[in-house]
Amino acid sequence: MAVNKVMQSFSEAIADIGDANTLIVGGFGLCGIPEKSIMALRDRGTKDLTVVSNNCGVDNWGLGLLLAGKQIKKMVSSYVGENKIFETQYLSGELEVELVPQGTLAERIRAGGAGIPAFFTQSGVGTPIAEGKEQRVFDGRTYIMERGIKGDFALVKAWKADTMGNLVFRKTSRNFNPLAAMAGKITIAEVEEIVQLGELDPDEIHTPGIYVKRVLLGSNYEKRIERKTVRAVIG
Amino acid sequence: MDVRMKIVKRAVKEIEDGMYINLGIGMPTLAANEIPEDFHVMLQSENGLLGIGPYPTEEQLDPDLINAGKETVTAVKGAAFFDSAESFAMIRGGHIDLAILGGMEVSENGDLANWIIPGKMVKGMGGAMDLVHGVKKVIVVMEHVNKMGESKIKKQCSLPLTGQRVVKRLITDLAVFDFTEQGMVLTEVMEGATLEDIQAKTEAAFTIKEGLQ
Repeated sequence: MAVNKVMQSFSEAIADIGDANTLIVGGFGLCGIPEKSIMALRDRGTKDLTVVSNNCGVDNWGLGLLLAGKQIKKMVSSYVGENKIFETQYLSGELEVELVPQGTLAERIRAGGAGIPAFFTQSGVGTPIAEGKEQRVFDGRTYIMERGIKGDFALVKAWKADTMGNLVFRKTSRNFNPLAAMAGKITIAEVEEIVQLGELDPDEIHTPGIYVKRVLLGSNYEKRIERKTVRAVIG
Repeated sequence: MDVRMKIVKRAVKEIEDGMYINLGIGMPTLAANEIPEDFHVMLQSENGLLGIGPYPTEEQLDPDLINAGKETVTAVKGAAFFDSAESFAMIRGGHIDLAILGGMEVSENGDLANWIIPGKMVKGMGGAMDLVHGVKKVIVVMEHVNKMGESKIKKQCSLPLTGQRVVKRLITDLAVFDFTEQGMVLTEVMEGATLEDIQAKTEAAFTIKEGLQ
């Protein structure tokens, strides 16, 4: 066990991600995405990736950057509707897509990380999602079998980490990140602040460091907003 | 009043004090502004928030705090944040009292289609397929007919399904229907609509609740 998992360079941290690897990437929309790791991967040009992530960024940000470089061979997602490059590559057959109901996707990643090879859910019964899947009836209701997902790597974004990789997330940027962290053989966490051991209250830790191999401090997070909605202050 | 607000205002009557509720993207989200102020309800957002508050002011704007429609929001007093597996545990596990969702088509046995139009760009189902099975009561809101004037309430859905036999109640600009063991039942005629109008614009077979009109 490495007591200090902190690495200095994003390009070094992602250097052993190979062509055709499977990556599990945290984030919902552009909220809580590992933006620095994604940019490092773009710069390195790693290709033929299978990426498991709820969404696929937008044209010029997040996972959309990897699409633009034609680095992704297959996406496993629940919603991919915000991305023009995605549409073009999907329609031309360059990009393979597996659509998974959002709750099933979350549970498949959680299960993968928790050593559960498969589970049954009602989500998708009677829809195209059920095609080719084993069905069973429990207590009079039909369920379909879904498989756990594991990744060669997981890329996650947290708010704070200590040097052992214990992670704390902030507000709704938590989303898929703790699940992704569990399901990667090697999990790379980028954060906005790294604190010394003992500075995080054990009660506040969302993801225990056992799931995390590498910790990196990111700076100047852009945190782009997809839909800025505000209200006027009255008075 | 515009057609969508008419539907939304009727849908809001389904909300009871003390409920945990998930509102779908689009028309259902508008219901949030119409909830009576003295009600304590908690709105759930699939990305990991129970207790959605109003849109933020410019000062409160926080990119780490969004709803399932990816809009910036705030959190109310008593709100909780959690990961996506936990979020769908509370959905699938039957802990949410009510979901109000949009629809493209509803069939007479309560099937719902609301995620894909074949031939058009694939976007994905998001959390809709999980919500329709887990939530205690699923209410669909949609306009009664499409832009061509054709009924969106079908004998059988022509679009790929989101879920089979999952809709409990359907609210349109013309009518309210319940889905029961005995099939689809017209329970209310919306203001300005007539029974003849509803019959003419509904492809699905339905019975009329005793005592109505």
